[in-house]
Amino acid sequence: MIPEIGHMALILALSMALLQATLPVIGAHRGISSWIAVAKPAAQAQLLFMTIAFACLTYAFLVHDFSVQYVAANSNTALPTLYLISGVWGAHEGSLLLWALTLSIWTTAVTLFSRSVPAAMVARVIGVMGMISVGFILFMLFTSNPFERLPMPPMEGRDLNPLLQDPGLAIHPPMLYMGYVGFSVAFAFAIAAMLSSRLDAAWARWSRPWTNIAWVFLTLGIVLGSWWAYYELGWGGWWFWDPVENASFMPWLIGTALLHSLAVTEKRGAFKAWTVLLAIFAFSLSLLGTFLVRSGVLTSVHAFATDPGRGIFILIFLGVVIGGSLLLYSLRASEIRSTVRFNLLSRETGLLLNNVLLVVAAASILLGTLYPLILDALGVGKISVGPPYFNNVFIPLTLPLAVLVGFGAFARWRQDSAATLLRQLRLPLVASLFAGMAYAIWLTPYFTWGAALGMVLAFWVLLSTMSWVKAHMKPGELLNGASRGRWGMVVGHLGIAVFVVGITLTSIYSSEKDIRLERGQSYSMGDFTFTFEGASAFTGPNYDGYRGLVAVAEKGEALTTLHPEKRNYRSGMPMTEAGIDAGLTRDLFVALGEPLGQEGAWSLRIYHKPFVRWIWLGGLLMALGGLLAASDRRYFRLAKKARKTMEQGA
Amino acid sequence: MKKRFLIPFGLFAILVVFLGIGLTLDPREVPSPLIDKTAPTFELPTLHNPAATFTPQDMRGKVWLLNVWASWCTSCRAEHLVITDLANTGEVAIIGLNYKDQPRDAINWLDKLGNPYIASVSDRQGRAGLDWGVYGVPETFLIDKKGVIRYKHIGPVTREAVAEKILPLVRQLKGEAS
Amino acid sequence: MKARHKRFALLLTGVTVLGLAALLVINALGNNLSYFFSPTEVTENKVPENHVFRLGGLVEPGSLQRGQELTVRFSVTDNRNRIRVRYTGILPDLFQEGQGVIAQGRLGEDGVFVADEVLAKHDENYMPPEVAAALEKSPQDGVAGGTKP
Repeated sequence: MIPEIGHMALILALSMALLQATLPVIGAHRGISSWIAVAKPAAQAQLLFMTIAFACLTYAFLVHDFSVQYVAANSNTALPTLYLISGVWGAHEGSLLLWALTLSIWTTAVTLFSRSVPAAMVARVIGVMGMISVGFILFMLFTSNPFERLPMPPMEGRDLNPLLQDPGLAIHPPMLYMGYVGFSVAFAFAIAAMLSSRLDAAWARWSRPWTNIAWVFLTLGIVLGSWWAYYELGWGGWWFWDPVENASFMPWLIGTALLHSLAVTEKRGAFKAWTVLLAIFAFSLSLLGTFLVRSGVLTSVHAFATDPGRGIFILIFLGVVIGGSLLLYSLRASEIRSTVRFNLLSRETGLLLNNVLLVVAAASILLGTLYPLILDALGVGKISVGPPYFNNVFIPLTLPLAVLVGFGAFARWRQDSAATLLRQLRLPLVASLFAGMAYAIWLTPYFTWGAALGMVLAFWVLLSTMSWVKAHMKPGELLNGASRGRWGMVVGHLGIAVFVVGITLTSIYSSEKDIRLERGQSYSMGDFTFTFEGASAFTGPNYDGYRGLVAVAEKGEALTTLHPEKRNYRSGMPMTEAGIDAGLTRDLFVALGEPLGQEGAWSLRIYHKPFVRWIWLGGLLMALGGLLAASDRRYFRLAKKARKTMEQGA
Repeated sequence: MKKRFLIPFGLFAILVVFLGIGLTLDPREVPSPLIDKTAPTFELPTLHNPAATFTPQDMRGKVWLLNVWASWCTSCRAEHLVITDLANTGEVAIIGLNYKDQPRDAINWLDKLGNPYIASVSDRQGRAGLDWGVYGVPETFLIDKKGVIRYKHIGPVTREAVAEKILPLVRQLKGEAS
Repeated sequence: MKARHKRFALLLTGVTVLGLAALLVINALGNNLSYFFSPTEVTENKVPENHVFRLGGLVEPGSLQRGQELTVRFSVTDNRNRIRVRYTGILPDLFQEGQGVIAQGRLGEDGVFVADEVLAKHDENYMPPEVAAALEKSPQDGVAGGTKP
């Protein structure tokens, strides 16, 4: 009965979404205020029904209702409760449900927090978001109904994919989806602004905090995903340039560009057409990411089952949403007159360059991701584009971004003089050159130019940002809320410095060894000695496995013991759980390979990864920066002022 | 309207074309090279009586279906009703190929869900499946009186597939000389 | 600075960035693509010499041998031809005889494929599309020896 209620709730949510997508938009166009008024209650009712649907599916998981096909395929009675809940979004149907729920959460948030925005504008925004809801709920009902019943319920379900049985993955998809879907708000604002032919700076001001928050979620989602891949896949890498990873990274890059370009549009009224285009791109790439993951057109380690029917539906949906908005853009963008003047040496130019670099970087990743598909479609052959492509293209394109950070913050709007800029930045420039080189020469195991470059850039970002703080910020301002936007920038940019340190030192100075060790044998890697003390069988809730014991000593002194595991889930999948000793300046990582011979020998994979945590720490700092910026009191004040002007004008 | 604002739309249109072609390249849509080839042979123990064996030669002169299934395969459950109904029409004999499964689990599964197969063979190592080009479960093959594979269905057999493809083809093949 | 000059300078920067990116992309694509070949294609000498490529097919049952330390040898088959593979390192969790596999590496002069990376499929019902396509391409009447029941 409960699954049927869920199904009904989904259908009711669809009807609310239909209502939300039509009446308010027409009402706003014709100026019928009673139709405009439908927007908010319809959106809130949609959230109510989506929540009911989601709760019903969760309930079906918790009570092991294996008559529901999705539940039978993705859980069993031995599964711990946490994974019963995260199993709801562990596979295709449920993650779509989560997607749609997330969308209605964002829509409802718009209804609640945009009292300062004109009602007609809000109605259009909610209408556009309703159209997207309609598409997704239809997709679910037609091709991927999570409430589908099995004619013959099995006694026991299969199991949740063991890769996904992990606390990191429990929260990774919700974060990622909050980010993906959050870009729909900026998208909807941009479309609404185009529909109303009001492409002024106002829409940028309204959508800026929304974009910030969405970007924060996406950043957290990607950081979590990277961290999860690091310890769960057992390969010790933190980024694989896998199509699914790229699918989340491209919207992030465009979203970052959008954050910066919204600042120009809001403050200076420049780049209006460009910002609209970025808002469209950011959400389009989120949708494209969904398409790439769900349709199975690309091979990926994430390997979701393929289904051409679903692929065709999403492709048509993509075509309508993205194609439609780009057509609308081509009609309306030419009406925009940018009368804003700025000098070649100004913050505007710096941000423009930032945007160009980010967009080009995203485009090169898109090309690399789709290139195998394009060649296959042209019948040239089956190829794959490996990580070296992405590293070779992406790194040179993003290095100038780090250089720009320092200049960009100092450069004034409209115009600046080279002499002033140089005078302000002379000290950090010299200091970072010196500190970076010194670090690479004396504090690393051996000198490389790559390390020198990375450390110089990291110090440059750090020192230029700090001297900007010294010149422009008063201590104690952090708490009063008025300058949180600027503090957000500072923290976000410091995140870049930390991130660059992490990437540079991890990728250059990591050591890795695959080795066969018998019980009692050791292997030394630098100062660390790893002694294998055997592996013993043990039993988990839904798997059997081996737990290894590896004693680690640093310079002869006992440091810790690691417990890497090899699990065989009863659903038939093997899994590797790494044993990790985490530290601020280095991680020690041991994974069990396989038993070799009768003597209790195993193959082991051992890593020493200096500063690997800094990569995620940097990401977290960036997210914190975004959060600070979104909480700036200025938005609320500006919004209030905007409403007042509007009321006076009306 | 300035033309340069149409550039993003143009690029997107090209992208959609490639994505569309990409969808048609789906591996499931690739026709099997086994079609119209003599079915690979095997001799495997039957599920319910491991002492007896079954080989495709036993079915010479008959039109029959080989349905690849396993108790660990969830979509097989969904398919099972369709297969059962098809067996009940009496139009075609269905042999089950129990793929990489524990015989005990498989027999329990059939006891619970009903057994539409005139026989099920146990392919524990998946070697027969390998020869037949099975790359996922379930899959279903239609073999004619001469022992030639005439149709392959990848994924769960649906009622539409039975009504529109399998049954018409079965009737046609029954009319052919052996 | 005149507006015209400014536009020109901005345009120039944009074009430079794009040109640079295009150069990087072309260069990286030229060097870092790995083509996918089936054992039959390798046997028929369709593979460019001394070039990294991906070999895909099924791990031939009974072919896996462990040697010194972590070196393993196995054969990859598309049910028509087989290629011997040598790999030093830890095999992925899902590596199994009779299952799909993709190995990336070079073909040695002795005809043994030296893999520096081995990927196995991630799900009982899923096979990398390339492997499925490789198997589909090969006529199945000549089954590789040793797999016949």
